[in-house]
Amino acid sequence: MDVTQDLKKEINLYLKVFGALAILTAVTVAVASLKVGIGFAIIIAMVIAATKGSLVASFFMHLAHEKRLIYLLLVITLVLLLALFFITYGTIGDQVGVEIVS
Amino acid sequence: MQIPYTVTVRPDTGLYNAKLGIWLFLASEVMLFGGLFSAYILLRSGATSWFVGSEELSVPIGTFNTFVLILSSVTVVMSWASLRMNDLKKYKMYMGLTILLGLVFLVVKVLFEYMPKIEHHHIPSSHNFFAIYFVLTGLHALHVVGGLIVNGYLWGPGSKMWDTDPEQFLNRIEVAGLYWHFVDIIWIFLFPALYLL
Amino acid sequence: MADHHQEEPFWRRYIFSVDHKVIGLQYAITAMLFLFFGFCLILVMRWNLAYPGEVVPIVGKLLSEEGMLTPDGYNSFGVMHGTIMIFLGVVPLAVGGFGNYVLPLQLGAPDMAFPKINMFSYWSFFVGGIFMLASFFLPQGPASSGWTMYAPLSVIATTGETVWLLGMVFLITSSLLGSINFIATVIQLRTKGLTWMRLPFFVWGQFVTAFLLLLAFPPLEAAAVLQLMDRVAGSSFFMTSGLYVGGEVLDVAGGGSPLLWQHLFWFLAHPEVYVLILPGMGIVAEVITNNTRKPLWGYRSIVYSAIFLGFMSFVVWAHHMFLTGMGTKMAAFFQTTTMIISIPSVIILSALFISLWGGSIRFNTPMLFALGFLPMFGIGGLTGLPLGLASSDIHLHDTYYVIGHFHYVVAPGTIFALFAGIYYWFPKVTGKRMNEGLGKIHFFGSFICMNGVFSPMFIQGLAGISRRLYDGGASYLHAEPVLQWNEFMTMAALGLGFFQFFFIANLFISLAKGEKVSSNPWEATTLDWAATPTPPLPHVNFENIPEVYHGPYEYSMKGGGNGQKDFTPQHESVKD
Repeated sequence: MDVTQDLKKEINLYLKVFGALAILTAVTVAVASLKVGIGFAIIIAMVIAATKGSLVASFFMHLAHEKRLIYLLLVITLVLLLALFFITYGTIGDQVGVEIVS
Repeated sequence: MQIPYTVTVRPDTGLYNAKLGIWLFLASEVMLFGGLFSAYILLRSGATSWFVGSEELSVPIGTFNTFVLILSSVTVVMSWASLRMNDLKKYKMYMGLTILLGLVFLVVKVLFEYMPKIEHHHIPSSHNFFAIYFVLTGLHALHVVGGLIVNGYLWGPGSKMWDTDPEQFLNRIEVAGLYWHFVDIIWIFLFPALYLL
Repeated sequence: MADHHQEEPFWRRYIFSVDHKVIGLQYAITAMLFLFFGFCLILVMRWNLAYPGEVVPIVGKLLSEEGMLTPDGYNSFGVMHGTIMIFLGVVPLAVGGFGNYVLPLQLGAPDMAFPKINMFSYWSFFVGGIFMLASFFLPQGPASSGWTMYAPLSVIATTGETVWLLGMVFLITSSLLGSINFIATVIQLRTKGLTWMRLPFFVWGQFVTAFLLLLAFPPLEAAAVLQLMDRVAGSSFFMTSGLYVGGEVLDVAGGGSPLLWQHLFWFLAHPEVYVLILPGMGIVAEVITNNTRKPLWGYRSIVYSAIFLGFMSFVVWAHHMFLTGMGTKMAAFFQTTTMIISIPSVIILSALFISLWGGSIRFNTPMLFALGFLPMFGIGGLTGLPLGLASSDIHLHDTYYVIGHFHYVVAPGTIFALFAGIYYWFPKVTGKRMNEGLGKIHFFGSFICMNGVFSPMFIQGLAGISRRLYDGGASYLHAEPVLQWNEFMTMAALGLGFFQFFFIANLFISLAKGEKVSSNPWEATTLDWAATPTPPLPHVNFENIPEVYHGPYEYSMKGGGNGQKDFTPQHESVKD
């Protein structure tokens, strides 16, 4: 049957994604044990995490073939999330007044 | 009067109600964990002293749990695929595996991570590192518990629906799976943020 | 399904009902009781502001043994007034009440997309309300750190604060479930032919509001969890080290950031302002078009404005925080976004004003309230501009000017819109019209008294009176020139209370022996009136799901109803 054939392909894909996720987990642990600067370490760790997250989202949650409406919703959410991250962070970085040292 | 599009797909949006519902819910979950993450960023960048995650938390246990959750993500998607192939037995096996893996995650978390930490007095009141660690992982663990309850229901009594309304049951598995993957994604971000950096 | 509803037992039909109409009414009734209670709290506070430390009449014995409001009690009442009015009163009435009842009807939908979740949403709200009320019976009273719950004060406050946080968790859950339901319903259950640009503006208002609730509330939930941890588990998310309380150093690990709370709080609380106002605008748009018998002027532009408003409301929050030592760069950013967000508000308000032009206006009670809304919201909005600019906000921050500003938006603004909605949809719910005479007394009395209460606040605020003074400024020299307004405002507030009795009486009298109406008494075009029986039956909104052929406000159109009427209902196709 055609449907079963397609599903077999799909399952194959899932297993490949699993392999990729496992490798990326090993990589991120390995990189963390190297002593690189904290700024660089954050970038690497977050890039790997974002890659893993998008693998799960695109294939397991089949976002790669999802309807436009869902994309729109997620884009709005991500924009607001980044606003929350960066604007709060920016506000902390831009403070006036005297530092209180105890 | 029956509510339309509970099972079938609305043509112009291409979605059934529950799928839109779960994505909306997940969007709000993104903001919930996003709020906590931004708290983490803010606290850490403003702190005079902060621990290195890999020295305070056990990286091997964290890595193990990461594998467990990733594997459970695979099994849950396999259970959905099996059901689409009309194989209830395989579905039950994969869903059962998913639940088992979820339980393993929780047991490891509590027995090998929370308990020793509390014994060593590494608790929220000792330092904000532990405070944010317990809040983030604790809230995540609660989400795992919630997922286990739903999956357990769909594995056990809920699976009777397969005989009466297979299409809606398939939708339910898909929706529950989406939630479970999301919990996995949260962990994928938590793990490096807390354990490795 | 349809044949079973008659046999439902009482508790399934009226208490744990999944029918959106019953849930809407549950929300509305609960919210109105809370509004009344919150109003009583502020009356006691206003009494104390006019006559500081004097015995409060009637309810004095409940407050303290001496019969007066204590300073601690004053603080608690302030918190609970804000919390109840916003989270248990206005939002549940506007969104939970009107949204639940009217939205599916206007969409031509049989119910909400998830009826059981809808029921759960109401009961979660109810439990949250019970938590808030229960905190009044704690030995040290309810939360008392301002409705914004700024840390670290809130972290070291009495048990009432913990109960407040728990109550908020339930309220947040409730609005989360509600908003998922609203969005899914609008997207999925629009009837055939009801395209996006044919939705009544009321639906748009609710839709954008639901998005705000969905995405802005979770960060507050996160913050509530963190504050609970601070209070219960002794963490220091919002606590710095070296804090002195009662002469002793507080024993916390420290290293936290009090500003973090403010950020997470205002990330919700600013969009919350638009949650308060957008459903009100939606109601006003319905009432105004219906009673001017004209299409809404600039429908598209106000829809786009509402969407833009909703989006922008997420990036203005720190204009509440200019006085937290914010640097000029961030202040410039937030001033800019704040000025930008005023543009869509002005577009919407202008469009509503222009909609009046050239109409043959029917001055019935809902229309009067809707007309009252326009200038009142205008005053509220315009007085907000100086608060959005850092240099003038430094002077005005935390004064009565702020109180005056946002009360003009919410009290004579949103609450007038809600009254308009109640008078407008009362016939839909009961099949009877509310009494016009009593309604007009209610409107004119409220209109005068509202202004009597809130406009002197601008004068006091400009004179620099802080919003949190127990004695209303009596012990401050700089308050002396404007002190006499306190008594005036209190009298106006009592008058406002007096005129609400006309409304309450009107509700019951009209319910008992109001004038019976036809199924479309206002001759409206939208589906909620046109295609359903009035009042609608339980679980049955439409005998046949209607189909929509044109836009929402086809009044005074050529060929409407084949020339018989001056309006064309959405579900009637025009035959040439």
